[in-house]
Amino acid sequence: MRICVNANLCQGHNRCFSLAPDLFEVDDFGLATAVNDGVVPAGMEDQAQLAIDNCPEFAISVIEE
Amino acid sequence: MTEEIKNEGGCPVSDWATDYDVMDDGYTRDPSPIWSDLRERCPMAHTTRWGGSWMPTKYEDIQALANMVPTLSSKTVTVIPPDPVLREELIAELKMYGTENPPITADPPEHSPFKRLILPFFSPKATANYQQITEDLCYGLLDKLEGRETCDAAVEYAQQIPPRVIAYILGIDMGRADEFTQWTQELLELGQTQPELRRSARLKIMNFFMEEVAERRVNPKDDVISQLIAAEVEGERLSDHRVAGVCNLLLVAGIDTTWSSIGAALYHFSTHPEDRKRIAAEPELIPSAVEELLRFYSPVTMARKVTEEVEFQGAQMKPGDKVLMTFPAANRDPAVFENPDEVVLDRQQNRHLAFGTGIHRCAGSNLARMELQVAIRCWFERFPEFEMACPEAVTWAGGQVKGPRNVPLKLG
Repeated sequence: MRICVNANLCQGHNRCFSLAPDLFEVDDFGLATAVNDGVVPAGMEDQAQLAIDNCPEFAISVIEE
Repeated sequence: MTEEIKNEGGCPVSDWATDYDVMDDGYTRDPSPIWSDLRERCPMAHTTRWGGSWMPTKYEDIQALANMVPTLSSKTVTVIPPDPVLREELIAELKMYGTENPPITADPPEHSPFKRLILPFFSPKATANYQQITEDLCYGLLDKLEGRETCDAAVEYAQQIPPRVIAYILGIDMGRADEFTQWTQELLELGQTQPELRRSARLKIMNFFMEEVAERRVNPKDDVISQLIAAEVEGERLSDHRVAGVCNLLLVAGIDTTWSSIGAALYHFSTHPEDRKRIAAEPELIPSAVEELLRFYSPVTMARKVTEEVEFQGAQMKPGDKVLMTFPAANRDPAVFENPDEVVLDRQQNRHLAFGTGIHRCAGSNLARMELQVAIRCWFERFPEFEMACPEAVTWAGGQVKGPRNVPLKLG
């Protein structure tokens, strides 16, 4: 599973970082990026899905490969 | 547009689609049935009460309107506008060219530099530094309740936490927290229907911060006020009025809102024993429970002002019209939330808009979230068992910020 944060949509709510701190990092302004180039380690798919399902700006998506 | 700010004699609402009243007691207590009805038959309701406004109730519409910038301006964000005459007096009294509190009352392009100025004070990294003091504060308050059979969780706990945390962050006297709470309540809550109280509260806050700023010009400290004085926005230092205005925003926004949410959470657990037992048994659910309680008991409604003619969902909005950012209504929309009128502590899909959406999303959301999580965790550590003592004694504030002002509990 690979995810990405759309920087144009992210408003820095930090919901993803709060729910899945291992999968995202946020800067001082709250803008999020997926760590490890978005690759979700095995077993952490649920956390990734939780972050996707809680982003109020619909900024996180799964990259189809 | 705001010649007269009144509730048309306080007469009962005839039709919520054309005559809603945001200060109606029943609406404050349980607005959800009204929103459900409006979503079905009139998604952009209108009223002439309280200066007149439009009220969206669908998630999709509220999100679209919040992003309609700058057609919908944030220059005035109050649900009930200030009395225009008193506002002019206030501006003259403060010798200001305006009473702006950027970034909340700023539109692009002024908005972004001010937002970037304050965001680092409230990043997850920064708020983690305030966690210890919040815990100490909570345990101190809980110590005082030890051995008691009853308490008012709103007054003796919820209300005590946010003013002290934000005072600590700003670098102002935590010993005066009760005063800060009083000012905020006069400004945001009681002042909604008492214009003179609102004006005097605003003046007290601004004068207080003007003095704090003047003092730090001479003796800088390691606090947010000193950092604001030293900061540059677009290559320029801020005037004392601007620094005081930003501090006014941080103080006011940091008190009423978070206190309302902590109180609402304890109110919920005291009236829903199965949810209380679940949190007592599974405290690891607190982070998701906090988000769910924020969705269900969303405290904040903001407003925007229309700057150019625009039609939206059949509503012909004209310059000067006010539009409510009914985030609490968005959070009960069944198109987005399954069983929206039920609290599901571990709700999986929860894109709630309690902190707003778009460029004006709450700058202090990480702080609020941390305070809520800590306040609930500490409470459950000491008092895993408690219940509502007297439902009829629970009072709710409404309008701009909704929250319980009395939560009488039986402890143990």
